[in-house]
Amino acid sequence: MTAVEDAPVDLRSTTVAGDRPERARPSRRRVAVKTPTERLVTLGCALNSFLLVWLVAARLTSGMGWLAFGLVWYATFLAFTYLTAREQDGPVAASDRLAATIIGSATAALVVPFAWLIGYIVVRGAPALRFGFFLHDQAGVRPDDPATAGGGAHAIVGSLEQVSLALLVSLPLGLLTAVFLNETRSRWRRPVRILIDAMSGLPSIIAGLFIYAILIIAFGHEGELFGYDGFMASLALSITMLPTITRTVEVVLRLIPGGLRESALALGSSRARMVWSVVLPTARTGVTTSVVLGIARAVGETAPLLFTSFGLNYMNANPFSFPQESLPLFVFRNVQKPSQASIDRGFTGAFVLLLVVLSLFALARLVGRDRTGSRRRSARRRSAATSKETP
Amino acid sequence: MTTVDTAPGGDAAPAADLPPASTRAVLHGAPPPGAEVLEAIDACAWFGDNLVLDRVSLTMEAREVTALIGPSGCGKSTFLRLLNRMHELVPSATLAGEVRLGGVDIYARGTRAQEVRKRIGMVFQKPNPFPAMSIRDNVLAGLKLARIRTDAPDDLVEQSLARAGLWREVKDRLGDAGGALSGGQQQRLCIARALAVGPNVLLMDEPCSALDPTSTRRIEETIAEIGHEVTVVIVTHNMQQAQRVSDRCAFFLAAEGEPGHIVEQGPTDVMFSTPRDPRTLDYVSGRFG
Repeated sequence: MTAVEDAPVDLRSTTVAGDRPERARPSRRRVAVKTPTERLVTLGCALNSFLLVWLVAARLTSGMGWLAFGLVWYATFLAFTYLTAREQDGPVAASDRLAATIIGSATAALVVPFAWLIGYIVVRGAPALRFGFFLHDQAGVRPDDPATAGGGAHAIVGSLEQVSLALLVSLPLGLLTAVFLNETRSRWRRPVRILIDAMSGLPSIIAGLFIYAILIIAFGHEGELFGYDGFMASLALSITMLPTITRTVEVVLRLIPGGLRESALALGSSRARMVWSVVLPTARTGVTTSVVLGIARAVGETAPLLFTSFGLNYMNANPFSFPQESLPLFVFRNVQKPSQASIDRGFTGAFVLLLVVLSLFALARLVGRDRTGSRRRSARRRSAATSKETP
Repeated sequence: MTTVDTAPGGDAAPAADLPPASTRAVLHGAPPPGAEVLEAIDACAWFGDNLVLDRVSLTMEAREVTALIGPSGCGKSTFLRLLNRMHELVPSATLAGEVRLGGVDIYARGTRAQEVRKRIGMVFQKPNPFPAMSIRDNVLAGLKLARIRTDAPDDLVEQSLARAGLWREVKDRLGDAGGALSGGQQQRLCIARALAVGPNVLLMDEPCSALDPTSTRRIEETIAEIGHEVTVVIVTHNMQQAQRVSDRCAFFLAAEGEPGHIVEQGPTDVMFSTPRDPRTLDYVSGRFG
């Protein structure tokens, strides 16, 4: 066994802690972490394969396009990684390393274009962003005025109003539908679920067209509720948000253990009471996620707005009458214009749209945060107070 | 049914450290206080077309602990869920026979399941405090859910937790999440939650099977104490536990492909020392199951 040989061990008796002399605690190690050598090998493989493919493609043959070069390089890199790992650690470790490399590079392939996209918007949009963008509208701004002229306050206000109204319509509907799908035993659950699935695949311009056809054409007069205005846009947006919210909440409700429902019912609760007091509070973070996803879906939608809120160059804070601007429409209308200043203004709008989405997400997380921790403090205070009263 | 009429245990005095019933927090809309006798008469249960429980008759006396023992799949839990109308929550479940609480059939026409469940509380195998609620709110959850009001919620929280043997451990952190407690504490929190609505009967479905020996001992002490105040019915796989906590025992058995039924029932000491059916003796002495 070990080097410690104090007394012959009687295998039929037990050993207690005092039997053996105390030894120093062995030094701490961290296993299962990538060693520097492994990183170097990966880097070497990447470099090696690049040089090999470059040699073949640029020197020995007449060359190839950059896409083909990239693909061949990636395949060669994977082959090299596998072969070196197989040489060092055997085939099992090699396939493990291969899988890890593929997963890692797939993640990078996803993150890099995304970061590029964000970076591009920031680089194009940030230079013309002045504080005035949040204060002024486009009234009196001519196409050849510099990009910093005027602002997008009317678009920000319109976006916020339309998305809030859409959320006000679709969140209660979505929650109720999700509860219907998950907490009842109705025969209509299946058809409803199929309908919701079909709705989530609905092209958003159809949602706009629907509102246009059944409300604006049928009942619309300029300046009235069913004319072109922000409220019509928010109805179209809520059609696109509803399936997102419903499906997200439904998935979360399905994850709530049945034991919680049973114990609520065993306490003498009605089903409605159980859903309201136990199931929905437990699903709180999931509901927040659904709100975030719903906002994300709606705030960037342009198509449903084209013939519902129509767009406007100056401030209209009333979503219930007359056309209204919103950030996606602002971007859409400006980027189309022929002058460079307008295009820059459109990119600034896109940048602000990103900022607005980010702050809405932060707000939703803040509102939907788990409150049990903060209640702890107030309850502590309460119990401290009662213990003072009754010593 | 009750073949031997000896008073088991014999110590019906309430536990010393509990407040007397007169100083308890007053509940409005709660069941009438006190333990009630629970009788099953020819109770049968089906899942779909599958008969799982056949003509079970058992009297669970007030202020006594009745243990249901038997191997897995013999219908103990189904029988327990039949006793507070949890059985009907399974969509395909049907039943026959009667269950009488204080002489009144809980399945009688016009009796609402919610009212029955208020009077017959239940503790499940897996501790399941409501995760979105603090310890205090968990204890009071039953009141909120069953629409019972009280004038002194803080007193009720203290009394319920004390009856479940948890008050001393959590009194300084009532605002913490219930999920932050250990498994054994969570289970006692669930017992406190069930006791807070003032039930006449408490059903326990293997309450200790997910717990360590120390927590199990605490729960058993709790059962011994509340057993003087309410009728307790406990399903257990642990023979020593049945012997330690129960006054009476019922042994369930289901032959291969047959529905479960009661083989033998009676005072616990007789069931474990001189049962009349050889299968009971085999089971309680650990020869099968």
